[in-house]
Amino acid sequence: MNLLHLFRRGSAPVARERLQILLAHEREARNEPDLLGVLREEILAVISRHVAFDPDKVQITMDRGKNVSTLAVDIEIPNRRRAADTAAPVGRLALEPRPALARSLWTNGLV
Amino acid sequence: MNEGKSARVLVVTSGKGGVGKTTSTAALGVALAKDGDKVVVVDFDVGLRNLDLVLGAERRVVFDLINVINGVAKLPQALIRDKRLENLYLLPASQTRDKEALTEDGVAKVIAELRGKFDWIICDSPAGIERGATLAMRHADAAIIVTNPEVSSVRDSDRIIGLLDSKTERAERGECVDKHLLITRYHPWRAARGEMLSIDDVLEILSVPLLGIIPESEEVLRASNVGSPVTLNAALSPPARAYFEAAHRLKGEQIPMHIPSESRSIFNKLFGRKAA
Repeated sequence: MNLLHLFRRGSAPVARERLQILLAHEREARNEPDLLGVLREEILAVISRHVAFDPDKVQITMDRGKNVSTLAVDIEIPNRRRAADTAAPVGRLALEPRPALARSLWTNGLV
Repeated sequence: MNEGKSARVLVVTSGKGGVGKTTSTAALGVALAKDGDKVVVVDFDVGLRNLDLVLGAERRVVFDLINVINGVAKLPQALIRDKRLENLYLLPASQTRDKEALTEDGVAKVIAELRGKFDWIICDSPAGIERGATLAMRHADAAIIVTNPEVSSVRDSDRIIGLLDSKTERAERGECVDKHLLITRYHPWRAARGEMLSIDDVLEILSVPLLGIIPESEEVLRASNVGSPVTLNAALSPPARAYFEAAHRLKGEQIPMHIPSESRSIFNKLFGRKAA
């Protein structure tokens, strides 16, 4: 509370902006099923129909913005093996060398 | 003991803990009782009751809400009449019993019985969104959402507003619970310097009509310390005045809202001293 502080911009505008974005998403989510959860399940189901992958090697990140949200799904898919001929336990797949990276990225107003 | 009254049921709620629900319940209960209305404040915080302490009645609790629900005590036996205000009563929460004993049917019966005896039933909700909180709001005609101008409190209030619009008896009947926002622990100088969310910020984000703004004050702490709500203990102090005005607004009176303002001089601003 000295002269220096008078020239420093307060943090309230940041608080306000963060709350507005967060609550817009939470209010929407209140009346709908968990969109992120649904997408994750369905995307993984589709991919597992074609390739075998280790569920532990799936990374899903989400960034919720004011107008646009992004959902990124990173799945490590082992090379040269298809789901049909992979009877090996999931844990072994993670040991495969040079896993290919399947990356899906949505950027179109997913909220 | 039925006096043919028809109470308005209020829930004082917030989601977040520590924002001033119990303090506000007690202060508003006193303000309404001083105005001549017959008031009961009901503590729903089973296991962590504190309304008795804030009202200075902690040594007079014999029976509690759960005793009444279980049929161990009759409602009039469990009601504690305030020693200073004859219109003010407390129905304490149980301190030891299991929360599961708070049943939906039991609460409905108690509220129905209270409705005939009082003008105001003020339900002090526990923090959180569990059973105690949803039962406290269940029968409410109106809700007072207590919010601090701070991000986590505002977020939790928004969540509670969602519950008021979906989980209450009124909401299920397709009606609306009247919602009032009570902003507590407001620091005018922090808001003025942009360090704290302003009243306008909070109102714009939550879109709930404002019932009052309670400035941060040592009088509120002192009131809890001595077990006498600020509206009784320091009736002319700024927080007490704000509570009295809020009580009048609850009764439908139109009172201009006065936003607590910077009370420090330029000298103090520059040299960082708080006004006395």
